[in-house]
Amino acid sequence: MDLSLTEEQQLIQDTAKRFAETELAPVAEKLDQTKDKSILLENCKKLAELGFMGLNINADHGGTEAGVVAFSLAMTEIARACASTAVTMSVTNMVAEVIQAMGTEEQKNKYLPLICSGEYRAGSFCLTESGAGSDPASMRTQAVKTENGFAISGTKQWITSAEFAGVFVVWAVTDPEAKKGKGITCFLVEADAPGITVGPAEKKMGQHGSATNEVHFENVEVPESAILGKLNDGFRLAVAELAGGRIGIGSLALGVGLAAMDYAIQYTQERKQFGRPISDFQGLQWMIADRCTELEAARLLLMSAADRKERGLPFAKEASMAKVFASEKANQACYSALQMLGGYGYMQEYPLERYARDVRITSIYEGTSEIQRVIIAREIMREHS
Amino acid sequence: MDFELNEDQIAFADMARAFAQNEFEPHAAEWDQEQTFPVDVLRAAGEMGFCGLYSPEDVGGLGLSRLDASIIFEQLAMGCTSTTAFITIHNMATWMIADFGNEDTRQQWCPELTAGQKLASYCLTEPNAGSDAASLKTTARREGDNYILNGSKIFISGAGSTDVLVVMARTGVDGPKGISAFAVDAKAEGIVYGRKEEKMGWNSQPTRMITFEDVVVPASALLGNEGDGFKIAMKGLDGGRINIATCSIGTAQAALNRAREYMHERKQFGKELANFQALQFKLADMVTELVAARQMVRLAASKLDAGHADKAAYCAMAKRFATDVGFNVADEALQIFGGNGYIKEYPMERYVRDNRVHRILEGTNEIMRVIVARRVLMEDAADLI
Ligand SMILES: Cc1cc2nc3c(=O)[nH]c(=O)nc-3n(C[C@H](O)[C@H](O)[C@H](O)COP(=O)(O)OP(=O)(O)OC[C@H]3O[C@@H](n4cnc5c(N)ncnc54)[C@H](O)[C@@H]3O)c2cc1C
Ligand SMILES: Cc1cc2nc3c(=O)[nH]c(=O)nc-3n(C[C@H](O)[C@H](O)[C@H](O)COP(=O)(O)OP(=O)(O)OC[C@H]3O[C@@H](n4cnc5c(N)ncnc54)[C@H](O)[C@@H]3O)c2cc1C
Repeated sequence: MDLSLTEEQQLIQDTAKRFAETELAPVAEKLDQTKDKSILLENCKKLAELGFMGLNINADHGGTEAGVVAFSLAMTEIARACASTAVTMSVTNMVAEVIQAMGTEEQKNKYLPLICSGEYRAGSFCLTESGAGSDPASMRTQAVKTENGFAISGTKQWITSAEFAGVFVVWAVTDPEAKKGKGITCFLVEADAPGITVGPAEKKMGQHGSATNEVHFENVEVPESAILGKLNDGFRLAVAELAGGRIGIGSLALGVGLAAMDYAIQYTQERKQFGRPISDFQGLQWMIADRCTELEAARLLLMSAADRKERGLPFAKEASMAKVFASEKANQACYSALQMLGGYGYMQEYPLERYARDVRITSIYEGTSEIQRVIIAREIMREHS
Repeated sequence: MDFELNEDQIAFADMARAFAQNEFEPHAAEWDQEQTFPVDVLRAAGEMGFCGLYSPEDVGGLGLSRLDASIIFEQLAMGCTSTTAFITIHNMATWMIADFGNEDTRQQWCPELTAGQKLASYCLTEPNAGSDAASLKTTARREGDNYILNGSKIFISGAGSTDVLVVMARTGVDGPKGISAFAVDAKAEGIVYGRKEEKMGWNSQPTRMITFEDVVVPASALLGNEGDGFKIAMKGLDGGRINIATCSIGTAQAALNRAREYMHERKQFGKELANFQALQFKLADMVTELVAARQMVRLAASKLDAGHADKAAYCAMAKRFATDVGFNVADEALQIFGGNGYIKEYPMERYVRDNRVHRILEGTNEIMRVIVARRVLMEDAADLI
């Protein structure tokens, strides 16, 4: 058992940390308050230059080939500075990974270099619909067979990066008669395909800098070669890829939680009340001790899930455990950190209220906390039957 | 011992509920997003008597008990947390002038304050005196028939839009015994208002810094005697804490009601959310804790009404417990809404943002624990525990 990082992992972490501190942190507050997407796109461009848009993608397709642990480490460092940028990076990496895992040689050659190089500013993962969130297998979007391929019609909801992504991974029903989950196919659809319209940006509680839009498909024609994986095998693929995505979101949550604690810990040592630094009060010391212990446990769960994925072992249960734990503990860390700043924590002049708003979604997207528990319980039952 | 509301209380609650539903709820989201301070609606609330609920009748108040006031504020908070919270602060400051002002001062301000024609702010906190309010540095120097005020106050609710400021300032020695309270004309020369703070929530009321530069205040504006100011401020806050705790409960109740409805409306996996036991249990815990918190607040209110020796400790316990529970209930309700909980089309994220600050202001929840612990550890605390 060796919990230390390899030289390469250390290098990726250091690079991410330096980049986050010098390039992202200075613009994060402005991005949140102005929602100016040009700031986000500039961040994405720089991330691609660093090789962070394809961290776990093979080098011969333009990726960094750094592995899953390195991806998790980088994600955490990026999220420490800017959660909106981090989620954009996480989803884009996930899109690249689906293509790498399931794509034909042709698909990989075509799309992976575009994503990794930043030529495509992002990739989007189009699964959720207004009626199909936790239960994506009940989706309504359909892909009807045409002479040359398929025509996709339907509406996807809350799609991260939709307004500037180069490519969409889209799930649609191809066999309405099949048993639930068995008639869904995954497609690679280019963003400029005729018939796609992207809705206005959603107004959210946080992650104001990231784009969240509805995507409307109206008879969008795609060739047969746009199928990712096999016909009617798309749902399995979504489930498998989301497990990897959860490592990304858990790592993101951890980053925000750590940023909040870092800020609060320093603050308690500077702020004086009752004639002494408030860090002297045991009530706050214990708050810090508990939150930091929880975040460290979250980090270990994430590392363990990432390591299993990297070694090709089953990791769905571990990824769900890491995601639910990291996102919930990061939420608590943000709320405790905000509390430690007193009234200042509630003010936008300080970053704590932004951290608290940003981190809140991590226990909802890519599978809610409840769904993670459903998965964990199911896996455990299976192991014991 | 009777846990039921009496007829009057039921009538008050009905009236307040109708007012909140008609005047607050339809606008609350817009007030939040546009940062509107709804002065006209506050006047309308004044006409209903909500601006002087527990101020005495001889100055236009309703002379109700704190328990009655809590029942009313709870209903109002269900319509708009932030606006109701302001009304509670206004009630507190109005009551302080009515209870401790001399007859001229009472007549000068209270009839219009209780009618909602004029508005009041409570000015205790300073940049370096938050939890440790007794270390405040703003001075009131006696000069002939006047006091001259110098210093600054921070995070003052309503500041810039209110007419009278209840200001705690130092007239004597260091510590609580050297503090006096004044009713200061908000438009007096030498008062400078800072810019409106950008906050996480409570957006329907402005929060500003106030600077006093040689502000001349007539000696008759003194509330109580010289040196009584800190005691008066804390007496105001006993009631204030019940009020803020009440705002948390009303908001949590509104969130819970919505979550309950949503669990019947929303279907995933072919059934209503209400069918999932995990969500049923979540809801069961939410409502159990909410009922406990409400009873705690009402107990503290009746202790205050009865002038119980440990009223301050009960108010502190109620504030700590109800604001924590109120926040958690709102946060869980958001979770039940899934992605919709994070989107501004629904009120869930606003409930969370608004309820967050109640754990911080009118004494942080850590300070509430300090107060309770200090009392419990005293030898004669048997009655309390
Ligand atoms: C900002 C943002 C970005 C997003 N980005 C993307 C994206 O890029 N691509 C994409 O495809 N989707 C995206 N989503 C959608 C997100 O993944 C869904 O919101 C999420 O999966 C939950 O679905 P839902 O909102 O429909 O909630 P619902 O499924 O309606 O859930 C409502 C509540 O019921 C609970 N629940 C549901 N089923 C069960 C059960 N079986 N047992 C117990 N409890 C249950 C849930 O946990 C939740 O508390 C995004 C959402 C947001 C808000
Ligand atoms: C939106 C808003 C509106 C407000 N409105 C008003 C108003 O109208 N009038 C007014 O006078 N004030 C107002 N306040 C100020 C509010 O009451 C203070 O913010 C609050 O009392 C905390 O003070 P502080 O912010 O200086 O935090 P600090 O006192 O600096 O506290 C920082 C942290 O240290 C902790 N801490 C401090 N002392 C101890 C201790 N002894 N033991 C353990 N922990 C401790 C606190 O709990 C907190 O977690 C408002 C604040 C906000 C955010």
